[in-house]
Amino acid sequence: MNTELTGIIATFLLTLIIAIPLGKYLAKVFAGEKVWTDFLKPLENGIYKLSGINVKEQMDWKQQLKALLTINVLWLVYGFFVLIFQDKLPFNPDGNPGMTPDLAFNTIISFVANCNLQHYSGESGVSYLTQQYVLMFLQFVSAATGIAAAVVLFKAFRDKTATQLGNFWEFFVKAITRLLLPLSIIMALILTFNGTPASYEGKDQFISVQGDTVNVSRGPAAQMIAIKHLGTNGGGYFGVNSAHPFENPNYFTNMVELIAQVIIPIAMVIAFGYFIRRKKLAWTIFGVMTIGLFLLLIPMISSELGGNPALAKMGISQTTGAMEGKEVRFGPAASAYWATVTTIISTGSVNSMHDSTMPMSGTWQLLGMMINAFYGGCGVGLLNYFIYLIIAVFISGLMVGRTPEFLGHKVEAREIKIAAIITLLSPFMILAGTAIASYVFTNYGDAAWAVQPKAWLNNPGFHGFSEMLYEVTSSNANNGSGFEGLGDNNVFWNVLTGVIIFLGRFLPIIGPVAIAGLLGAKKFIPESAGTLKPDTKTFALMTFAVILVLNALSYFPALALGPLAEYFTLIR
Amino acid sequence: MKKYIIQSIRLTLVLIVLLCIIYPISIALAGKLSKGNGGGEKITKNGKTVGYELLGQSFTKPEYFWGRPSAVGYNAAGSAGSNKGPSNPDHLKDVQSRIDTLLKYNPGLEKSQIPADMVTASGSGLDPNISEEGAAIQIARVAKARKISEQKVKEMVAMNTLKPLFGLFGPSSVNVLKLNLALDNL
Repeated sequence: MNTELTGIIATFLLTLIIAIPLGKYLAKVFAGEKVWTDFLKPLENGIYKLSGINVKEQMDWKQQLKALLTINVLWLVYGFFVLIFQDKLPFNPDGNPGMTPDLAFNTIISFVANCNLQHYSGESGVSYLTQQYVLMFLQFVSAATGIAAAVVLFKAFRDKTATQLGNFWEFFVKAITRLLLPLSIIMALILTFNGTPASYEGKDQFISVQGDTVNVSRGPAAQMIAIKHLGTNGGGYFGVNSAHPFENPNYFTNMVELIAQVIIPIAMVIAFGYFIRRKKLAWTIFGVMTIGLFLLLIPMISSELGGNPALAKMGISQTTGAMEGKEVRFGPAASAYWATVTTIISTGSVNSMHDSTMPMSGTWQLLGMMINAFYGGCGVGLLNYFIYLIIAVFISGLMVGRTPEFLGHKVEAREIKIAAIITLLSPFMILAGTAIASYVFTNYGDAAWAVQPKAWLNNPGFHGFSEMLYEVTSSNANNGSGFEGLGDNNVFWNVLTGVIIFLGRFLPIIGPVAIAGLLGAKKFIPESAGTLKPDTKTFALMTFAVILVLNALSYFPALALGPLAEYFTLIR
Repeated sequence: MKKYIIQSIRLTLVLIVLLCIIYPISIALAGKLSKGNGGGEKITKNGKTVGYELLGQSFTKPEYFWGRPSAVGYNAAGSAGSNKGPSNPDHLKDVQSRIDTLLKYNPGLEKSQIPADMVTASGSGLDPNISEEGAAIQIARVAKARKISEQKVKEMVAMNTLKPLFGLFGPSSVNVLKLNLALDNL
């Protein structure tokens, strides 16, 4: 069998081998049961003590959200000022300039929101101080925020009726000490010993074999690349992210990075089932998500391995597949696998340039981000999926003419309203955002911004539209990858995507947590013959249908204008 | 509310010490034990650094194997791909001119032998590798320019080819810089 395909299969199997036990472990950690990492307790207690936190203090869902939002706002303020003044602060060996306010606005929201859309280039846009004290710091804490929010949801369904949902700070700190930090240490060491720079040395210069003078950007990259994947952040140290040979030196590190970005999202699903003592539910959710993954992955691999039809017409060999924007050491199959997982999960790191992938691959990448719940980001993937579940419960309830219930709690008008708002939010932001951008591009081509609108697009025609659609979709999904040809560092894109990222992050956290909090507090109704069971194959199918119908209805027209139109012109 | 603000500030400070000082510095110290001392593995020739093992560099002379086209001219301080879409006319023009260049400098080469990686820009602009097919089509040219047998060059290519991981996973690739230095050392 083709070694490129065996490579992907091995990667996926290894992911499961790690993620499933990790999920069981997480369920225990957050339930406060005994686990082998309990030796870290003194560290945690130290952190609580220094921060003046009493973890015995119980919070209801509103207090949980208050704590979550308070600390997130604090990070926004802190990061914004460091980014603006980075040129005046220490640890800037390459002498990079401070950020403009609009770029700092965009960057800080992007990193607080676990999105990591980057309108700067790592080599020239940030200092070592910012890379570590702002960006990498936020990669840890934004992932932990998502995980902690998901645990609040777990708590709401563990007991029959619950109003006290544990302590937010405890979930948050444990997500770092018991999960993100230990795994990051292991992964950073693997990367370092495979050639990724980890030291604080500045730029190097050498004379190449043919006599060219070459400057080399370096720096403490391994530390950041580890957490950028584990935390499904995706913001790379260097401009081209994990396509850079320093960020991703060989096929082995490519496997490691692919595995790292998927294990926590899968583990959270497993942890949910074990935590609320409904293991079958976890496997049902996992099944739907995995089928979703393969439905996007298989056509993407086939279109990338098939090569570019336009190049085939020129008469060259297509045995190596489509290679524009890809690296030889990974090949098209592993690049397609990466493009799939990085878009269904909200990582958004890339090991090939998505702008140059085949048009149908672009469709699958966009669809993955639009759905945003096949595994999904750290913690938030499950929250997104929960909204689909509630909608599915509601529709099933209507079909059989009973008051919908979820896990023994009546789902009533208030919860459905919240779920409906969150569901409508994504298409609204994606479609309205793209429409505004297209309008500005067409009518205000000469606006005096850092990049004039008429110069935004790197590609003409349908593909140009896809570049704008992709940017907005990626922002809303908190994904952070891009069709990087887009000239996006100007006040329009910085502000537009900044606002979209912010709303696309916090509303989909507040909504599900509120629904869970409201449901959990309701009286428990014991199961009867008429109860809708969410862990059956029928209901799984129902959820899948809801996901498909909602997204197809919302996005098909936009996809038809962009990648689909390009596809049909290309094969003509 | 005020309580949460104070707790947030204190927790943030404590975590900065843990995550931004202790964690990265320990990794940097451990990195000193790695081959490149954690600063990237360098390749030296006659005591001078001539490149990094992982970073591709520009080769244009006929006696060297050429790497992949780069959208940034192998600028290791500003990595980037072309970001050109598959149907972009500029992209197709670039590819056509790369095909023409290859055909011009490699007499006897058939168009249908050229693999896509030799005429498309890499993702990073720093791809250190080419495919085995990409090396194969250059063997005749390099042998002629160096006045050595094609068999010898073929052996050198084989010696510098990295097989799939454990022979099972991923594509094989040829490191252009190492191959060219090996040829220089003959």
